[in-house]
Amino acid sequence: MIQLLAFYLFAFVVCASGAMTILSRNPVHSVLWLILAFFNAAGLMVLANAEFIAMLLVIVYVGAVAVLFLFVVMMLNIDFAELRAGVMRYAAVGASRAGARQVGRRVAPGDAKVPHSGAIGQLLDSRYLFVFEGAGLVLLVAMIGAIVLTLRPRTDVKPQKISRQVQRRAKDATRNVNHPVGQGVEL
Amino acid sequence: MITLTHYLVVSAILFTLGVLGIFMNRKNLIVILMAIELILLSVNLNLVAFSNALGDLVGQVFAMFVLTVAAGEAAIGLAILVIYFRGRGTISVEDVNRMKG
Repeated sequence: MIQLLAFYLFAFVVCASGAMTILSRNPVHSVLWLILAFFNAAGLMVLANAEFIAMLLVIVYVGAVAVLFLFVVMMLNIDFAELRAGVMRYAAVGASRAGARQVGRRVAPGDAKVPHSGAIGQLLDSRYLFVFEGAGLVLLVAMIGAIVLTLRPRTDVKPQKISRQVQRRAKDATRNVNHPVGQGVEL
Repeated sequence: MITLTHYLVVSAILFTLGVLGIFMNRKNLIVILMAIELILLSVNLNLVAFSNALGDLVGQVFAMFVLTVAAGEAAIGLAILVIYFRGRGTISVEDVNRMKG
């Protein structure tokens, strides 16, 4: 019964925050609503006996992807006067997020006969080994692609050139002169 | 008792919200990327729900791969968005059709 109640709570918050994600005027609010949607979807997955995927969702999405979104949104031009207006709304989001996590912890299934993450790990290590390696390759290509896309040569700065510093020798940089006394030094 | 239908309904609602977010959006390119994330989330929810209903772990493995691809897609999409913004100074949806050619 409490599971059904938690399901309806999570489902309602997921749908509401998904709607707010696409309806918000401010992209920063959109990202925060998206984070709330991911937390509640993780709760739904805990209710479906998929704790590992739920953890992955929280770590990967909330920890990496949503922070990436937030970073990009704040790097591009956003109306920051509008941003400062709604502090109380952030407080509401934070409180509901904390509550959702509490409920998720309480209704998690206690009798863990089969360790789910262990079973998933065995499956990944035997049957889907090459697919797993392919997933790692996808992530590598995505990382290199993102770096190559956003890297640009800067002409307005003077960076440190370490190879030239290492190549510099004392005999190239200094010279010994045997100069007559009283005639000054030519540099 | 939570049945499979519950999960399917929630996932269908989320999918519809994501598609609506792509089509109704006329202002911001980054919200479209977030709508794609919502769609992938609903797909993951479907996979996990079927995995639970059928007692088969392969659904969760597949959900993990979907998660991987979604993370890569977000990184590449945001990188393209950043260089687009650097060159043009806006991320409005109306201006993106000038990308061709």
